[in-house]
Amino acid sequence: MEATRRTIRLVVNGKPRSIEVAAHETLLAALKERLYLTGAKEGCGVGECGACTVLLDGRAVNACLVLAVEADGRELGTIEGEARPDGSLSALQRAFIDHAALQCGFCTPGMVLSARALLRRNPRPSREEIVEAIAGNLCRCTGYEPVIDAIAAAAEEEAAEGSVVPPAASAGAGEGRGP
Amino acid sequence: MLPSFAYVRPTTLKAAVAALAAPGTRAHAGGTDLLGCLRDRVFPADTLVSLAGLPELVGVTPTAEGGLRLGAMTTVATVAGHPDIAARYRALAEAAAAVASPQLRNQGTLGGNLCQRPRCWYFRGDFHCARKGGGKCFAVDGENRYHCVFGGETCFIVHPSDTAPALVALDALVRLAGAGGSRVVPLEKFFVPPSADFTRETVLEPGEVLTEVVVPAPPAGARSTYRKVRARGAWDFALAGAAVSLGIEGGRVKHARVVLSGAAPIPWRVPAAEQALIGHRLDGATIARAADAAVAGAEPLADNAYKVPLLRCAVEEALTALNS
Repeated sequence: MEATRRTIRLVVNGKPRSIEVAAHETLLAALKERLYLTGAKEGCGVGECGACTVLLDGRAVNACLVLAVEADGRELGTIEGEARPDGSLSALQRAFIDHAALQCGFCTPGMVLSARALLRRNPRPSREEIVEAIAGNLCRCTGYEPVIDAIAAAAEEEAAEGSVVPPAASAGAGEGRGP
Repeated sequence: MLPSFAYVRPTTLKAAVAALAAPGTRAHAGGTDLLGCLRDRVFPADTLVSLAGLPELVGVTPTAEGGLRLGAMTTVATVAGHPDIAARYRALAEAAAAVASPQLRNQGTLGGNLCQRPRCWYFRGDFHCARKGGGKCFAVDGENRYHCVFGGETCFIVHPSDTAPALVALDALVRLAGAGGSRVVPLEKFFVPPSADFTRETVLEPGEVLTEVVVPAPPAGARSTYRKVRARGAWDFALAGAAVSLGIEGGRVKHARVVLSGAAPIPWRVPAAEQALIGHRLDGATIARAADAAVAGAEPLADNAYKVPLLRCAVEEALTALNS
């Protein structure tokens, strides 16, 4: 196999996709330029800001620090997959609006996906667990409190609805534990 | 933008080691440090050899001797959340949980955390420094508030890992696989101080790869902890830190390991602090003596003298936490 290009197969927001990528292409670049999913943002490009957060096999990762070729055979979740199947906003998305948990919006896709990873694993998180779950997502507008409020409110609503899919048995170990 | 490189994903360790024997190759584990280095042109790579095709390098399993084997490709998040690690090797669980951010812990691996390159801004920047084969260390007379207070000689980096000091405190061993088979070295001897060779951080030879970490059964009356001090409450490297592992029997310390982070170019074990503990009750006076001993002989640079009291307090807090 040509070592500088590869065809990878992955499941993106529930749909199987096959794309050809360069060996040195990041997952973030492949998302934007091959799959035309522009929700994940490039902020720092070195894993410090979390604006490019996506879910890889259900876990939050920085798409700027994952090679696209390493996503071969895996499941990818992006902000474009967060809304309900009918296109209406998820409880989490609505809670961000209701709590004014965004201003410029650049961090929001990553913030929502970090929250989604948390709620899948831990449907009733404490405030401390929410804070830790978004520790890798920088926001320069909100001061974080509205974001935390939004995630807490969404957790309550989703837990009440029973709409949260339980995490896979293997997922969730450790991520988000306090130091 | 990443520079272009080739990518291979061998499915046997033998093939991975063979691929890594070629010049210009780099092992890719989680990639969270590697890709940043390549992007910033800290060093080049012609070919990345992914270790993702080696499932045998993932997982935490008991050893026959009562310890644990941690595959090098096990994520930092898995280490942080593993119940056996939290129960028996608390310092490691705490250190792993204190690494970077949730996203980086999910992607970064334990092996990669041990093999990550220094964060010195001269090393990472456009400076042809000693560690990159240049003639001098720019930090020693430059901007050095995040640099070392122990063990600086020719190069004044601090080792950036949190799991490394915890694992040294737990007497961990690492297995290194190469073309001729594998060798096991104590983790403490895995790291190379600048006094021995300032151009590399580990004893890994070209073509060798770290495959597993083994922590031995804890000593009798074991307790351990890791205290990390950061400039802010989240996602940062240690300004100072302490990993402490003790064995306490009959109310007295029988076994002690005190290892500083954010202090030196390698995880900095302090035998004098350990000796101050052994044979004593873990009371306030003993803790104070050990904390003093932990920072005796520190040699701060122009901008990092603040680290000395931070390190002392990190040791004091860690020991106090183990006393409760």
